[in-house]
Amino acid sequence: MPGKLKVKIVAGRHLPVMDRASDLTDAFVEVKFGNTTFKTDVYPKSLNPQWNSEWFKFEVDDEELQDEPLQITVLDHDTYSANDAIGKVYIDIDPLLYSEAATVISGWFPIYDTIHGIRGEINVVVKVDLFNDLNRFRQSSCGVKFFCTTSIPKCYRAVIIHGFVEELVVNEDPEYQWIDRIRTPRASNEARQRLISLMSGELQRKIGLKVLEMRGNAVVGYLQCFDLEGESGLVVRAIGTACTLDKLSNTSAFLPACNSPSKEMKEIPFNEDPNPNTYSSGPSTPLKNQTYSFSPSKSYSRQSSSSDTDLSLTPKTAPSPQRPRIFLFPSSPTLSCDSPHLKKSCLLLLGSSIKPLHSSHVSPVVLRKSVSFTEELLLAASGMGSGSAGKEGGPFKTLLRQQTQSALEQREFPFFTLTTFPPGFLVHVGGVVSARSVKLLDRIHNPDEPETRDAWWAEIRQEIKSHAKALGCHAVVGYSESTSICEEVCILSASGTAAVLNPRFLQDGTMEGCLEQRIEEASPPGCGFCHIPYDELNMPFPAHLTYCYNCRKQKVPDVLFTTIDLPVEAIVVGKGCLIQARLCRLKKKAQAEANATSISNLLPFMEYEVHTQLMNKLKLRGMNALFGLRIQITVGENMLMGLASATGVYLAALPTPGGIQIAGKTPNDATYDQHISHMQKKINDTIAKNKELYEINPPELPEEIIGSPIPEPRQRSRLLRSQSESSDEVTELDLSHGKKDAFVLEIDDTDAMEDVHSLLTDVPPPSGFYSCNTEIMPGINNWTPEIQMFTAVRVSRLSTINPTNQTLNKNFNDLCENLLKSLYFKLRSMVPCCLCHVNFTVALPEDELVQIAVTAVAITYDKNQALQANKAPTEKSQQRASTDNEEQLQFPLELCSDPLSSQPFSPAKEVLEGASSHTGIPAAQRATSVDYSSFADRCNSWIELIKLKAQTIRRGSIKTTTSLEKASPLAEGYLRHRSVPSCTNSTVSVVKMTPLSFLPGAKITKYLGIINMFFIRETTSLREEGGVSGFLHAFIAEVFAMVRAHVAALGGNAVVSYIMKQCVFMENPNKNQAQCLINVSGDAVIFVRESELEMLPVQPSTAAPQPTSSAGDVTT
Amino acid sequence: MSSDLDVFVGNTTLIDEEVYRLWLDGHSVAEAVARRLRGGVLEREGTSVAVLQSDTRDHYRTFQMLERLLHAPPRLLQQLLFQIPPERQALLVQRYYAFDEALARELLGKKLSKGTKKELDEVSARTGVGIRSCRRQFDNFKRVFKAVEELRGPLAENIQQLFLLDYAAIVFFANSRFETGKRRLQFLSFADFAACAQSMMGHWSQGALGEPPDPRAPEAAEPDGDLPKSFLQDLKELKVLVADKDLLDQHKSLVCSALRGKISVYNELEANFKALSRALVNVGGKLTHARDVRDFFVDLVEKVIEPCRSDKWSPGDLRLFLTHYTAARHQALWERYMAAITACLLRMYHD
Repeated sequence: MPGKLKVKIVAGRHLPVMDRASDLTDAFVEVKFGNTTFKTDVYPKSLNPQWNSEWFKFEVDDEELQDEPLQITVLDHDTYSANDAIGKVYIDIDPLLYSEAATVISGWFPIYDTIHGIRGEINVVVKVDLFNDLNRFRQSSCGVKFFCTTSIPKCYRAVIIHGFVEELVVNEDPEYQWIDRIRTPRASNEARQRLISLMSGELQRKIGLKVLEMRGNAVVGYLQCFDLEGESGLVVRAIGTACTLDKLSNTSAFLPACNSPSKEMKEIPFNEDPNPNTYSSGPSTPLKNQTYSFSPSKSYSRQSSSSDTDLSLTPKTAPSPQRPRIFLFPSSPTLSCDSPHLKKSCLLLLGSSIKPLHSSHVSPVVLRKSVSFTEELLLAASGMGSGSAGKEGGPFKTLLRQQTQSALEQREFPFFTLTTFPPGFLVHVGGVVSARSVKLLDRIHNPDEPETRDAWWAEIRQEIKSHAKALGCHAVVGYSESTSICEEVCILSASGTAAVLNPRFLQDGTMEGCLEQRIEEASPPGCGFCHIPYDELNMPFPAHLTYCYNCRKQKVPDVLFTTIDLPVEAIVVGKGCLIQARLCRLKKKAQAEANATSISNLLPFMEYEVHTQLMNKLKLRGMNALFGLRIQITVGENMLMGLASATGVYLAALPTPGGIQIAGKTPNDATYDQHISHMQKKINDTIAKNKELYEINPPELPEEIIGSPIPEPRQRSRLLRSQSESSDEVTELDLSHGKKDAFVLEIDDTDAMEDVHSLLTDVPPPSGFYSCNTEIMPGINNWTPEIQMFTAVRVSRLSTINPTNQTLNKNFNDLCENLLKSLYFKLRSMVPCCLCHVNFTVALPEDELVQIAVTAVAITYDKNQALQANKAPTEKSQQRASTDNEEQLQFPLELCSDPLSSQPFSPAKEVLEGASSHTGIPAAQRATSVDYSSFADRCNSWIELIKLKAQTIRRGSIKTTTSLEKASPLAEGYLRHRSVPSCTNSTVSVVKMTPLSFLPGAKITKYLGIINMFFIRETTSLREEGGVSGFLHAFIAEVFAMVRAHVAALGGNAVVSYIMKQCVFMENPNKNQAQCLINVSGDAVIFVRESELEMLPVQPSTAAPQPTSSAGDVTT
Repeated sequence: MSSDLDVFVGNTTLIDEEVYRLWLDGHSVAEAVARRLRGGVLEREGTSVAVLQSDTRDHYRTFQMLERLLHAPPRLLQQLLFQIPPERQALLVQRYYAFDEALARELLGKKLSKGTKKELDEVSARTGVGIRSCRRQFDNFKRVFKAVEELRGPLAENIQQLFLLDYAAIVFFANSRFETGKRRLQFLSFADFAACAQSMMGHWSQGALGEPPDPRAPEAAEPDGDLPKSFLQDLKELKVLVADKDLLDQHKSLVCSALRGKISVYNELEANFKALSRALVNVGGKLTHARDVRDFFVDLVEKVIEPCRSDKWSPGDLRLFLTHYTAARHQALWERYMAAITACLLRMYHD
């Protein structure tokens, strides 16, 4: 389906002097998209040219729109010789293809050259006219929204969380092609930038197709990575979580599924529709016309598995059931019938949730509803759901089952890249599961067949899945994948947190939201996720269990490791802190197989030691749980490095950790004993100090309440790892340490001594500073809007003549500690503040060179309130949990309020809607039949009507219909204001950047699209540019500037979930050369300060319920 | 273990005022670190020398990158590379273009040529301002001078627009080439001259016509760095005040009668009136000739300030005298002329 891309080149400013004689430049611009190129006139003799070009129009098809970047090249005209390139701007036009992202890209972009960096700026306006404006979603996978954010984006509600999507594409790296020998570095860099841009576009489109196939409309937690495999090629791979999202406030909902040409898509509104009678009022003839008038694009042909009869079939379905129903969603990974864990988990869920229900004061109506619902839930989840759907039409049912079957075969991985979940989603957490595998990169490589890479990852994922199963969990959350490549050896790693999930979100839970919510409400708040998912009599590994310190009903482990963020409802004592384990292991230089083998042999020891360090450091801080755990193993020429980062907290539900006890090997030696006792004292002092520092003073509990612990002398944590070249060979390590009460460290050699010393060398951050690698700092909830995002990079030489593991460890440890120290010093003006989302990445670019890159955000918090919190930390946290619960309550209320507005349309509907949101109609009164005919005439066209209807049906309410017509007035005004090219406007708008998914003290009103940028910078005059530091400093600043410019041009004022995924730096000081590749991504958003928001009367009150960490933190 | 590469880049560019000051003063990284150490930052923040070095280097790199933009302050506002809050941007520009008065005093009225730049070593030694800082300030003067040279309209406003600060005095002096280096004038500070320049521009320049206190009137048509030719031409008419004996006598009697009993140096005033009056009027009359313009301050000091000082006039006496001296005649031109002269003299009348 063709679309029209329109580009206007307005002006340039601050161009470099290209003509030495006149000190001026004769600039013109080439605008290229696909294979079409346009040129502006030459604007002679100016450094600030005003081209004011006509609209350059490109007529292109949708696939091209998704894959290709718009390429703008600024050149200096030269009459006699070749024109000199000044620089380029690549613009990803993807955000213009969503219905409610940006409508125009307009603004000043830095002109970037891979050799010279930023050289002036250019003002560009870009628009996309699709064939018919109303049919914006008709493009391949155009309508699918992408989010880097690893939680449900703030202004959306998850209707269904479908699950894992992954894809990878492979190509030859232009840097290694023969032509690279004869072309200039600039040409080579540009070829690479362009290729990666194309590949990410293609990848995104392919993932989008998979999402549509699963009937989702968005990808959340989208993580795209590059593997620079050198001669064997370039791999771009991505993972994410497919979701069906629903816009929360009155801004228009997006549903690409509504009228897409894809056959899968067009069924969606119908198949899901439990209310077929609503079609009676809809104009059915134009509907058919619409769906057939656009032939599916070629990429769809292979996927159009469902026949056209589906379409005709659906309207024939039996009259609608008058009760809410559950559907088996094909993508729901929990539905695998052979999974006994799933059944158990469901039963567990019911068992734990219904009992308390009786004691709570819930109205009988609701109670009855919820019980009947859970029956259905149970049936549905255990694979018998269709049996209960007697009221449903037969053909419809069978169709559903078929689809479930077919989709299940494709969807074998119940993984979720999310780290934060809607309340109630996470039922139990088992522990961290991880898998690594060492591979040799094959030299022979066929870009068209990425099967080998696919197979590698599939193998690893399979292993993760089996680990999760062993932990009694049916899903993996907080899932991520990474690689480390050195020459031809590649370590693939995957890790996540085994978990039991609430199946509600994995299905179409729209209707049941309220009821389910009530059940959740009644279950013990803030500790449910800590309860063990596995069978205590048949544990997958020896563990020490006690009754939950919070509810006393369920068993909990003594320590919990996870890769996710701390759930908002969790009850925490005191504050959290960043805990890192750092490790170096020397390795002999070797080739190919031998190298891979030696790495494979080292890996288990590294895992073990990293784990031991984490455990020791956690205990040293008097804490009992780790969140956001990320273990990175990096391979270099002659060593392996391990860096694990996590945020330690004290979970109130888990038992108090025992101390650390040191045991000497030769207890008869008096001086030695003295030394040992001295060390012991030091450790005890540190623990006491840390408890004070992090305010860990859990309420004392009389022992009898806790109950007798399960007789299990050995304790161990939940880290299940394995490493192997073939996934079937799973070597299990016993990671247990010591006895129950105290953690015993045996000092039997100097190594162990070093270890104890290194334990004590970790200095706590200076006063006024806290740090964590999760989104929010446990125990601090009064952030001010002041934030500072930063990237710091260090490359150090581990220059020891005869390096040993110990000296390397110490050096590496010092390097990290010094880096942290330096960050604290830099940011001292922000005190009291917290470094959040501290993300370390380690690379070994060369022999003995270690590169550490850190990206984090410093957020200032209000000390006065913090002091109040100090007085009663436990009450505070409980209070916080309860307010969170209130927010959860608001969630269903909003849904329940729909019926009121679903009464016949009236002009005062908006008012009504606003009012109804407060009334909180009981769920039992939900009206399911809706009269659509009354507002049919209100719609301008039938297409719009269908859109409206599809959405209303989906949500079971009319609410979105009104919102479709009027977008957020604020955002709209903003865009309108912006659409005037702002050449004269010289002030640069501020764009905030943060690795977090929220901005403290602000509300995100709109997501404008994903930012995914890749830059190469090279220099042949390294010394002149200030050496390696000067070069990289400038480059990072340039990358920030380009990200900000793109966001501003989209009309945004912030980037959330910003991440620097890659920073590959190479230098050749002898040749005075250096090269660096940086890949960053994030979500462009518009935010409004909460203080400003209050002043806006137009904002509907229904926009308030957002169970987000930011909202929660600020309002409490 | 040495750090080969060590960078920190914030989305909002961090500006450490202390380090900026050290950088502006022309200290090397090592010197700056030493100074910061002496400032006790180590004890306050409990950090290490290595951290301090890394921090200083980072800031220095940032400043070096910013320097290019600071050369054209409006570009600093438009650039996209560094996100700096407006108040911080203003601070950067202000500090960058701030000058040591001792240095400015030395350079006042000098031609901003290469020759002068070569003399900066001596100037640096004399003033105690670091040589690197001297060079930067010299280049600043030159840059501002060059930028406004060809612009029309009020000088102060032009400079304000281009460099976002008040640099007018220096350019005004460089333009008019007033003599300021004579031994006689050594007692005058840069601030004195700057104040004088401001009053002269304020009262005499083209923009000052009409509404004298508002130098931003739109009718300004010629470069403001020069005093308007027509005005200077008109000043010649004032010579009649001292050339015509009757007028002079009349003026004297008016002033004397007004001041009798009010001023402690009445006798001295009566004796010196004609000499003073001649000096005050002739200074203006000479302004048409570029050569004589140079002597403006010399004349004022030699012929007005020094005689008064030797007669032990108090500043109050001088003020009273000048007020009445001006008020004795009602003529727009006269009042405009005397307003600046009075302001200059009062500012300059000190030890």
